[in-house]
Amino acid sequence: MKPIQPIKKNWYHYLWIWSVFYFAMGFFNILFAWLGLISFCLPFIFAFGYGTKDFCNRYCDRGQLLRVLGGQVGLSKGVLMPSWIRSSWFRYGFLAFFMTMFGQMLYTTYLVASGIKELSETVTLFWSIRVPWEWAYTAGSVEPWQAQFAFGLYSLMLTSAIIGIVLMLLYKPRSWCAVCPMGTMTQMICKLRNKE
Amino acid sequence: MVKVKRRRAVISRDIYVACGSCEDVCPKGAARVIRGSYAEADASLCIGCGRCEMVCPAGAITMEVAE
Ligand code: SF4
Ligand code: SF4
Repeated sequence: MKPIQPIKKNWYHYLWIWSVFYFAMGFFNILFAWLGLISFCLPFIFAFGYGTKDFCNRYCDRGQLLRVLGGQVGLSKGVLMPSWIRSSWFRYGFLAFFMTMFGQMLYTTYLVASGIKELSETVTLFWSIRVPWEWAYTAGSVEPWQAQFAFGLYSLMLTSAIIGIVLMLLYKPRSWCAVCPMGTMTQMICKLRNKE
Repeated sequence: MVKVKRRRAVISRDIYVACGSCEDVCPKGAARVIRGSYAEADASLCIGCGRCEMVCPAGAITMEVAE
């Protein structure tokens, strides 16, 4: 699509750097994946604390990354996603699926913590493809469950980033935002909180 | 005399996802996210440039001829 710039440049338009930094650091040391919890907590702080989606509107590193690559660099085709992807049932269905997968990730962490399961030094893409990632972890440097959680969270973040980038290339820059579980949850919170 | 039809952005509350893309590119400050729930395009400010429609990932914005 024809490049489209924000009207006023602000510091938060550069937050895409955090996304690049996060994935790069997780490639070398998986324990950096724990920092992903910031991206999980901040949207809720804005939604519960202030009743706004300011995180999405300004401070989301992923949103900014997709905007820059798709809108500014012009890598996006700029067409609207098919209506079924934009539909409410898909949006809420994807949220339910994503939360189930998040729960499963926490359960695996619990199993490793209780010694039932061994630590798996892999990153799982699309909830099924196991990619060896053992170079990014020095055995014994932390508790096995801490490493397992890092591998799990990184898997989730990388999978959703890849989906977001594919959607950005094929459709509009921030198409991921129309299905993003964080965006869906925080909008639900804002709607409930601001009910007139 | 030729009558020029004015266009303006109309934002659907039902499908809006509140990502803020429209607000970011609106040259007139007309498109605004309201309390993280939906967005409005202030008809008195909107110049009908269509930038918000171009970036909206949800397809919530349509350009309509102003009355
Ligand atoms: S919808 Fe998701 S990816 Fe988009 S800005 Fe909000 S949290 Fe970020
Ligand atoms: S059409 Fe242009 S002026 Fe009107 S709300 Fe959209 S971006 Fe703003």
